Amino acid sequence: MNSAATSPSVPLAVETSGLVKSFGHYTALRGIDLKVPVGSTLAVFGPNGAGKTTLIKILASIMRPTSGKILIEGLELKDNAERVRTRLGLVAHQSYLYGNLSAWENLDFYARMYGVEDRRRRIGEVLELVNMTSRKHDRLVTFSRGMQQRMALARALLHKPSILLLDEPETGLDQQALGAIWDIIKSEEAGRRTIIFTSHSFERALAVCDGVVILERGRIAFKAQSCTLSLDGLKQKYQECTAAVKQ
Amino acid sequence: MKFWSRVAAIAWKDVVSELRTREIIFSVLVFAVLVLVIFNFAFDLAPDQMLQIVPGILWVAFAFSGVLALNRAFIPEKEENCLEGLMGCPVGREAIYVGKALGSLFFMVLVEAVILPVFALLFNIAVLQLEVIVVTLLATIGFVAVGTIFSALAVNTRAREMVLPILFLPIITPVIISAVKASSLVLVGSGWGGLTSWLSILAAFDVIFLVVPFLVFPYVIEE
Amino acid sequence: MRPRILLVLSTLLILAALFMVFVYVPTDAEQGNIQRIFYFHVSVAWIAFLAFFVTFVAGIAYLAKRNPFWDMVASASAEIGLVFTTLILITGSIWARPMWGVWWTWDARLTSSLVLWLIYLSYFIVRSYITDEERKARFAAVVGIIGFVDVPIVALAIQFSRTQHPSALIFEGGLAGSMLVTLLVSIAAFTALYLLFLAVRVHLKEDESELNSLKEAMRE
Repeated sequence: MNSAATSPSVPLAVETSGLVKSFGHYTALRGIDLKVPVGSTLAVFGPNGAGKTTLIKILASIMRPTSGKILIEGLELKDNAERVRTRLGLVAHQSYLYGNLSAWENLDFYARMYGVEDRRRRIGEVLELVNMTSRKHDRLVTFSRGMQQRMALARALLHKPSILLLDEPETGLDQQALGAIWDIIKSEEAGRRTIIFTSHSFERALAVCDGVVILERGRIAFKAQSCTLSLDGLKQKYQECTAAVKQ
Repeated sequence: MKFWSRVAAIAWKDVVSELRTREIIFSVLVFAVLVLVIFNFAFDLAPDQMLQIVPGILWVAFAFSGVLALNRAFIPEKEENCLEGLMGCPVGREAIYVGKALGSLFFMVLVEAVILPVFALLFNIAVLQLEVIVVTLLATIGFVAVGTIFSALAVNTRAREMVLPILFLPIITPVIISAVKASSLVLVGSGWGGLTSWLSILAAFDVIFLVVPFLVFPYVIEE
Repeated sequence: MRPRILLVLSTLLILAALFMVFVYVPTDAEQGNIQRIFYFHVSVAWIAFLAFFVTFVAGIAYLAKRNPFWDMVASASAEIGLVFTTLILITGSIWARPMWGVWWTWDARLTSSLVLWLIYLSYFIVRSYITDEERKARFAAVVGIIGFVDVPIVALAIQFSRTQHPSALIFEGGLAGSMLVTLLVSIAAFTALYLLFLAVRVHLKEDESELNSLKEAMRE
């Protein structure tokens, strides 16, 4: 049940120690210690309520932690929030996109918010990347769930973040759409971008990830830096870790 | 400056989005006109007596339609959780406050630009004077400064439509008092000199209630 | 301060104040006996203001430290403040009736007090519409801060609208020696009472909170 030790010279994209998040009396995260090397892909599993979304949101600097230290590319998140956010991209449950505005207008807005240089060109690039160029002037309310997810990804990639966070990107998507999403993610900046994503789908996750973490009731129940588990092995590990819940 | 370009982006986004659907703007305009009409029936006075209550009617119309408009300021940010998307952007949370306030300011000024002439027409009173316009603008800034932060707050409570007027109206009484009194003075022929104390109160209110909410806004939207 | 000490102190002071107001101080030449309510009316007004100031400061402290204790102080003080503001309105009303023949008048002070009452009522309405404790404390702190900052401007604007010039909100003309002493004793008495209520109320809230934590712990 132990992680492979990280050699001290490997640069870390994300590092947390003692991360705690409580909402009043309820504690969602009870001390998370995480080390994610630059360029690696980490999959976070866990049952509902384990704290996966909370963790992602805190890393994205959208939610404030109750206590604990978070370092993003060596910078303390607390004191450098604005600077750090230019390096982070987030795809969450909701798309963060405005229904009344067109695809282009949404991306233009966020490009301005992130201070993207040479906006027009970059927006065009990103639309190409997610295969939405033909719909760029259509309002977002007219898009299907799959298309909205692709647009959310486009939004996240606009400013070329070095760390991409995804919260259950497969929700509501069919296999084909999901495959498309991962192709897009893996194509850009492959190898240099750090990716952290939460998932319920072992098969898909194992295909793309390097490291694995299983969260259970706010704690890390299992972590492996470079996951050598097979699909069945992982499923079994998951059962072990979450067995305590089913009493 | 980085801050102001983000603020402008947010305000622009709000304006474009609303002008496209025109949902809020039309209902607020219609509502404001209705208020004027109802007051006409409620106070069936002779024209010379009307002069005394005219500023009051105008500001009741502005206050209530202002509440309507401000209530809607943060609702688009709730859908698809866009507010979180904004919070993830590399800019201080205060920029969201100022951007939203500017957007609301634009719409309130738009409404006032329509209502003032309509009012002048319906009540046959010369409200389209420079002094009245300046007073109206100063008062609207105060409205929007307080209303924006309370709108962000209200949208996160149950019964959100109720909370905003209950919070907002007592706090802006100085604005309404000053605007009504100053407008009355203008309508009876007072020049700028007579308005100084009211303008100072409005200006002081605006400054204080731009600074304090600016400082406190991040605490309202944080998670 | 320990509640017991406060209890003794406030009892003594209240008794002293009652004596001074009803026995010691001479009857007012112009207004007659009803004028005695002035001492309570003014004391209660100062305490309401003090209470809301405490809410303001405690709100800032909460936002800075995130310690629930500060929210308890803020809301307890606001409760007391609201009650005392209600007393301003009631004593003002009782005073107005024999003086001016009406139960209510829109004079500067009563009107300002009414707006103050509404502002702090909205403080509790906001609290009641939020279930999450942390958010409730945070939002209440924001309302408490903005509300308090507004108070002087409200008073100023209303004062201007009545008399066209600002004047001291409480004192008009000088006070005779005995009246001043009586007033000060009265204010001191109510301050002690306020501190007593605050201490008791905050302890009560702390106990409630502990009870809730225990319930939560049992549920897990």
